[in-house]
Amino acid sequence: MDMAVLAGIGALGLVAPWAAPSIVTQLAFLWLMILFAVTWDVNGGQMGYNSFGNVFFFGIGVYICALIQRDSGLSYYPALFVGTALGALGAAIAALALGPAILGIRGHYFAIATLGLSIVAADVASAWEYIGAASGLTLPLFPGAIGNRNRFFYYLLFALAAITFLAARALYRTRLGLAMNAIRDNEDKAEAMGVHTTRTKVFAWCVSAFFLGAAGGPVGNLVGFVDPRDLAFAGATFGVWMVLMAVLGGKGTLWGPVIGAVIFHVTQELFWTYLLGWQRVAMGLLIVVIVVFFPTGVVGWLLRLRGPRKRRRSTTVATSAP
Amino acid sequence: MSNLSVLADAPILLVQLVVSGVLVGAIFALVAYGMALVWGVMNIINIAQGEFVMLGGYAVFYLAGAGVPPLLGIPIAAAAMFVLAFALYRAVIHRIVGRDMFVSILATFGISILLQQLANQLFSADIRTLRSGLPSLSFDNGLISIAGVKIVGFVAALVVGSALFLFLRHTRIGRAIRATAQNARAARVLGIDTDRVYATTFALNGAICGAAGGLVAMTWFVQPYLGLTYTLRSFMIVVAAGLGNLPGVIVAGSALGVLEEAAGFVLGAEYQTAFIFLLLIALLVGRNLRLWRQRKYLR
Repeated sequence: MDMAVLAGIGALGLVAPWAAPSIVTQLAFLWLMILFAVTWDVNGGQMGYNSFGNVFFFGIGVYICALIQRDSGLSYYPALFVGTALGALGAAIAALALGPAILGIRGHYFAIATLGLSIVAADVASAWEYIGAASGLTLPLFPGAIGNRNRFFYYLLFALAAITFLAARALYRTRLGLAMNAIRDNEDKAEAMGVHTTRTKVFAWCVSAFFLGAAGGPVGNLVGFVDPRDLAFAGATFGVWMVLMAVLGGKGTLWGPVIGAVIFHVTQELFWTYLLGWQRVAMGLLIVVIVVFFPTGVVGWLLRLRGPRKRRRSTTVATSAP
Repeated sequence: MSNLSVLADAPILLVQLVVSGVLVGAIFALVAYGMALVWGVMNIINIAQGEFVMLGGYAVFYLAGAGVPPLLGIPIAAAAMFVLAFALYRAVIHRIVGRDMFVSILATFGISILLQQLANQLFSADIRTLRSGLPSLSFDNGLISIAGVKIVGFVAALVVGSALFLFLRHTRIGRAIRATAQNARAARVLGIDTDRVYATTFALNGAICGAAGGLVAMTWFVQPYLGLTYTLRSFMIVVAAGLGNLPGVIVAGSALGVLEEAAGFVLGAEYQTAFIFLLLIALLVGRNLRLWRQRKYLR
């Protein structure tokens, strides 16, 4: 049944830009949101490390790709693909370098430290002349036809989101996935049982960072302009949305972030269209309602309806994060 | 970095940075003490703390526009924020007391972005300043100048801080608040209405932030999106000082004020916030390493 659902979603993703050509960009962003939510859940939901700064890795990917395209002298497509790959690697390396120190911090201290990380990055990026400072970077023009441009980036983001989802799904089925869940449920006990907690945590963070970094390049090119605060290190939008989407769908579940991202993206597009100027007021209310009344998310709520008996490991809902 | 050599040539400037840092640090300490109060009593980290400050600043700004002198406007702003925070407690916060800390962070974050844009719509995004009309004091042939308003802010912060201290120590509800902070369950058993205690604590925090906001508006400016930096500063101060440690909060607040003034002078204003947040991360990592040694954790 799982495979049938995946195949159905895949087919839908493939035909969508032809079925609804006028909203290709929004659909591309939908896949980005799914990627955001899934990568956040790798460490937020499955491991209990609620990061408010994962957008940091996305921003690194955006900037590395943009700089490769500006400075490498390669033609459009090679530069884009090399930039995307290096962006992913760069983000993963950043996670590897920062991980041991920052992932040692627990609970709410970790949440606030990562929030600080994304703000530092935004401040530095908007002051650093080499990467365009506050005026940002303009990316090279897409060489093909205008109509093909959005479709091209749509498929790129679709592929990335699909790979991310499948990778997370595979990861949760390994011993490492179990170790991550053990860390979430009780880190001290996990450590006493012989789980290499630091290694596991850093690895999971690198996985998140890798896919976020990979998404950076295509998104930067889709938008066409890199703004340090509104696109690359957009802590107040992307950074928080990641958390919300995962919480809304049900954090610590495989499908929760995907469902949450879809619901959230549609709502958010409606807010930004019909409530412009008040969209954050509406968003704030939505956040409060979600976390106060539906802390286990859509999937958690569905599972409660079905009764606790049928819960499987991969869909256990985190009841006590540290 | 060129200012570093200026500082080396004229060490007297360092005196100015330190004095001015200590003075503004008192305002930070005030906001942080409110956060520590809510954190310690209710186990909630209030991310909307900075937004309360911002709203208090606007209250004093508009009162001044209506002809109320700022120093009189501050208690009125505090009273208004007391009422607002109380209403917020009744509407939302009482549902998240005792829940997971992550829930409280997200919920108060939602409140904070709501208040930000609400303020943006109501008061516009313009930066507002209050002209205090107080002169600057100069020493040593004008090499050191301290804005008079900073001294007023410092004194006012001390007054509010001591009033709070006496309130918690000597009034009945103050004692109830401290008892609840020590052990909420035992307090309930002994007949303390903890819900009322929580409501009072949260409203009191609102009042503190309202007063601090007035001082912020007098010393610097108000703007709808200034909140987050105050929230994170308070968080830093509380983490450095520990909960329920008033002298520690004052020392940490002053230290942060001095460091910020120095960083702004040496690195330039565009890196000042980045510096604060790097300091925050360094503080958290450092704190963790210290704990690590004590716990003797496996690696």
